[in-house]
Amino acid sequence: MLWITCPTCGERPVTEFRFGGELPHVPEHLTDDAERNLDYVWMFDNVAGVTTERWFHATGCRRWLTLRRDTRTDQVVA
Amino acid sequence: MNEFVETILDLPWHEPKGSYDVVIVGGGGHGLATAYYLATRHGITNVAVVEANYIGSGNSGRNTTIIRANYGIPESVRFYQHSLELYATLEDETECWIMHSTKGLLWLAHTEWGMRAERARTLMNQACGAETVMVTPEEAKALCPALDLSGGGRYPILGASYHPGAATARHDRVVWAYAQGALRRGVHIIQHTPVIGLLRDGARVTGVQTEAGPISAGIVLSAVGGRVTELAGMADVRLPIRTHPLQALVTNAYAQGLGPIVSDSELLCYVSQTARGQMLMGAEFDSQPSYSMASSFEFLQSVAAKVTRFLPFLRDLRVLRQWTGICDISPDYSPIMGETGADGLLVTTGWGTWGFKAIPAGGEAMAEQIATGVAPSLIASFGLDRFARDHAMADQGSAGTR
Repeated sequence: MLWITCPTCGERPVTEFRFGGELPHVPEHLTDDAERNLDYVWMFDNVAGVTTERWFHATGCRRWLTLRRDTRTDQVVA
Repeated sequence: MNEFVETILDLPWHEPKGSYDVVIVGGGGHGLATAYYLATRHGITNVAVVEANYIGSGNSGRNTTIIRANYGIPESVRFYQHSLELYATLEDETECWIMHSTKGLLWLAHTEWGMRAERARTLMNQACGAETVMVTPEEAKALCPALDLSGGGRYPILGASYHPGAATARHDRVVWAYAQGALRRGVHIIQHTPVIGLLRDGARVTGVQTEAGPISAGIVLSAVGGRVTELAGMADVRLPIRTHPLQALVTNAYAQGLGPIVSDSELLCYVSQTARGQMLMGAEFDSQPSYSMASSFEFLQSVAAKVTRFLPFLRDLRVLRQWTGICDISPDYSPIMGETGADGLLVTTGWGTWGFKAIPAGGEAMAEQIATGVAPSLIASFGLDRFARDHAMADQGSAGTR
């Protein structure tokens, strides 16, 4: 099971949290507006490796936090 | 020797040729069905299916084998209904026993809102050629006597939609049926050969680089599951895909027949009975994207809490096995089939948690697209370009998961 350390509540099980998605980044290398918007709105990096994500502590303190997780193992990394 | 080993050994080992008309990456149901239909419908047999592990080792061998067409948007209903009909005749066509069994499917509703969704689904299905009707709680009980109509007191069953054509088939037998049919017509199936890159001539994809060397191809089709982002990335193609784990579990055998497949869109879970009498069940996919195939106790807990509400006899059964597959989930819960924007590379992806039922129709359509160069009308609206056109095919409510 994935355990997440909340800055307010300490180490809590993943079932208390809601996944909020990877940190968004604007694809600045795309100069065409339509292409950039398409990529920003719809496309995912879907990395097999470490991602930086937002999580919402839904049944805890109800605050957002940012963490780094390895999607190959589904474990939080430092 | 069990049937599994026998069938695997039956596959001749092909030394990859240097070049094929079509190379299909991924030896799951969709890849092999495409190869089969290329050979049988279009006479294209200079085809290789390249598989990193053994055929059916991915999600084709891990799913809960449900075949149904009761979707919520017209394009999906027509597509899955065609697939359901192809499945029904697949044994005759391939002369392989896939253990196809028509069971019907009950989709339970516990609230007035749920009833409204099921009524809408029923009308949509009837208008698009799929058979679905509303049934009363008593009719549902007659179809599936094990149902607790009070839903454990908390989730009373107000009614259900019933889809009599729903079926199950043995998943690996489907894979083997297509593999065997394709092999007999000269298709090469190259197992244990991971693709590590794509050959390119400028922007055009001209083949695949494997651990056993390069293979050039007129057309490359990606029929990869959860790892499709990586393959598409080799051609600089970006996909609206996230990879989520989906878990399932099976209990020991139950001596009585359950009857239909029982599904619940409000509790989000589904139960069916295998040919061996085991109860097979699944629920939502894990909320966070991940490539980990570890099964989790919280999934087991959550499924058990949900299914025992309306099928209380499940409390007495023991869980035999629990497993995980990694699914390519699209943001609109519909598949993505066809052109990628990179010349020479086609894709069939976004099969998420609903790909097994689509294997015949998906394979047939992709074969037609490869042979003719034009997307058949059945899948034309499922192209990757729909996102740029703001024509997402949103049908989350029919996926049975979310």
